[in-house]
Amino acid sequence: MAKVKIPENKVQELKDLCAKFNNEPGELINVLHGAQEMFGYLPAEIQEIVAEEMNVSVAHVYGVVTFYSFFSMLPKGKHPISICMGTACYVRGAEKVLEEFKRHLDVKVGETTPDGKFSLSCLRCVGACGLAPVVTIGERVYGRVSPEDVKGILGEY
Amino acid sequence: MNLVKLTIDNKPVVVENGTTLLEAAKSIGIKIPSLCYMKMDDMNFENKPGGCRVCVVEVEGRRNLAPACKTECTEGMVVNTHTVRVVNARRTVVELILSDHPAECLTCAKSGECELQDLAQNLGIREIHYTGEQSHYKGDLSPAIIREMDKCIMCRRCETACNEVQTVGVLSAVNRGFESVVAPAFEMDLDHSVCTYCGQCVAVCPTGALTERDYTWKVIEALVDPTKTVVVQTAPAVRAALGESFGMEPGTLVTGKMVSALRKLGFDYVFDTDFAADLTIMEEGTELLDRLNRHLNGDQEVKLPILTSCCPGWVKFFEHQFPEMMDVPSTSKSPQQMFGSIAKSYFAKKMNKKREDLVVVSVMPCLAKKYECTREEFSVNGDPDVNVSISTRELAQLIRNANLDFAVLPDDDFDQPLGESTGASVIFGTTGGVIEAAVRTAYELHTGKHLEKVDFTELRGMEGSRKATVDFDGLKLNIGIAHGLGNARKLLEEVKSGKSEFHAIEIMACPGGCIGGGGQPYHHGNVDILKKRQRAIYEEDKGKPIRKSHENPFIQQLYKEFLGKPMSDLSHELLHTHYFDRKKKAEIE
Repeated sequence: MAKVKIPENKVQELKDLCAKFNNEPGELINVLHGAQEMFGYLPAEIQEIVAEEMNVSVAHVYGVVTFYSFFSMLPKGKHPISICMGTACYVRGAEKVLEEFKRHLDVKVGETTPDGKFSLSCLRCVGACGLAPVVTIGERVYGRVSPEDVKGILGEY
Repeated sequence: MNLVKLTIDNKPVVVENGTTLLEAAKSIGIKIPSLCYMKMDDMNFENKPGGCRVCVVEVEGRRNLAPACKTECTEGMVVNTHTVRVVNARRTVVELILSDHPAECLTCAKSGECELQDLAQNLGIREIHYTGEQSHYKGDLSPAIIREMDKCIMCRRCETACNEVQTVGVLSAVNRGFESVVAPAFEMDLDHSVCTYCGQCVAVCPTGALTERDYTWKVIEALVDPTKTVVVQTAPAVRAALGESFGMEPGTLVTGKMVSALRKLGFDYVFDTDFAADLTIMEEGTELLDRLNRHLNGDQEVKLPILTSCCPGWVKFFEHQFPEMMDVPSTSKSPQQMFGSIAKSYFAKKMNKKREDLVVVSVMPCLAKKYECTREEFSVNGDPDVNVSISTRELAQLIRNANLDFAVLPDDDFDQPLGESTGASVIFGTTGGVIEAAVRTAYELHTGKHLEKVDFTELRGMEGSRKATVDFDGLKLNIGIAHGLGNARKLLEEVKSGKSEFHAIEIMACPGGCIGGGGQPYHHGNVDILKKRQRAIYEEDKGKPIRKSHENPFIQQLYKEFLGKPMSDLSHELLHTHYFDRKKKAEIE
């Protein structure tokens, strides 16, 4: 794992975030949400600072980060793509849509394109099953996506 | 106290409210099989994630089977622990666990001591009806502990030991679903983590997922090398537990048989770590009095309390977790390392040998000792003071390999000069023992009076953290004792905040002290075994003709011929050490 250097002011911001949640170990998930929003991802160095501030072990923080698919230890692309693999989307062909994204971007799930533009991940149900299969890119939601739509969607970015 | 009445397997039973079905059944002689569950009352150890589902039972009126370890008894409950439905479910659970478990029992280090193996035997499983994917994880070979997580069944006992009892926080369940595994942060090797190598994870692991790094072969190689003089030292707690490996009752003292076995194994000199424990008391006791006297004379520089430093797990713990307090513990080396230093200087000179021709082997109840002897500061020009450290279990293995019938071995005595020891050194093996030994010597050195009553029962016991005041002829000495690193942490926080009233604190990393070390024969969660070992240790102390370290004639001789006096320049060079800040700091630009 490449070492990541975190600028001093960002470290303070992260510490302030922990303090906002009273450094309460029970608030770890909320802190990690905030930290990921701040940095885009959660490299080891961030997790170490969070562990120190929240008074929990680094192993515990890493356990939480690796349990929830929302958290990522790799930097996300400028436009993070998420394919819903929930039951409804899956039966309506989400897997084929995913294959198409993988083919176009030439990355695997969890990876980022070399130019840093797109990253690809899967998630479980965005709560819009009526629109299955669903794809989200950043904040935008695409419904009833077919493999044929993929090229056009990517073209928008 | 609220009582509830229920029926288990047609037997009526009355238990306290809050009792689990597993405990209630146990109280009337019904042994419900379990796997992930483990509870040790005095050790603050309770692991019942209810994850394995081996202990399921049928409760009348309930649709689903209930895990006995997590289900509390209620009034009028009717429970059946071995209906066909229960037995079938239990077999299915165990077969599913086995379907993702390497079938390497014949060569597994845990074979014969494995709780999964026993369970499969007890259930009479002869076939596994399920085939599926097998999990594979990278292996991890540290100087003391081997992690072979393919054999992990996710019982989480190691996590409980590491996080709840020891508060070291190395291990956590990581990842999700089939990929999940217990690992250090970022799945790094133990060697790079804050692991103290206390080995309590190994002590509670039901399978061969966590075992000690086995160095028996290194010992055999040294023994057959004609150019080497091989010296062995045995820690006090070993003699109180080794017999268990040969079917003897826990708490059987086997000192004489152990010496006999070591001699038959071919060691040139069979010495005793207890000798070095007496030496530790001379140095540590003197250091305590020195700091105390300076403190009483108003020296603001001096740090009190003084903390013992015999335990390498504890040393690594404070180096990682409390580096700002590294000037608080005594600078005295552990008995293992003092022995190595003296063997390779004083003894080598006496025997006209070069230090490189000597191989020092230690037999320890401990896994952290394996790590300790690899620490760079404990070697001279690349030659370690202690070459190899093996556990009590590994010694049992060596004895079996040599076709020795341990039970019928005659008693034998240690060699001299490094084999003579006092009762004070024997009790180093249990919580409270080091400080009691120190008090026996410090009292006489401080007051100049003869100490009549050497038994300081107020310092003994099994409570995780204890305190007592000892009267040094008017000077009231406040003493703290903690065993288990979680208890140590609490005392240390107190010291850090400046609220501590103690003059001296003894700390041992393992629950019970060295008798409960990670290298001892497996206790399988039975605390009574530890208590019996503790009794054996005090019994050995009682039977010793000399019970104060400073009265050991060979210790007196060592100072006269070689060291001069405690804390002399040579003592400092050979018997004292320094500590390292191991706290990892995040890299900041």
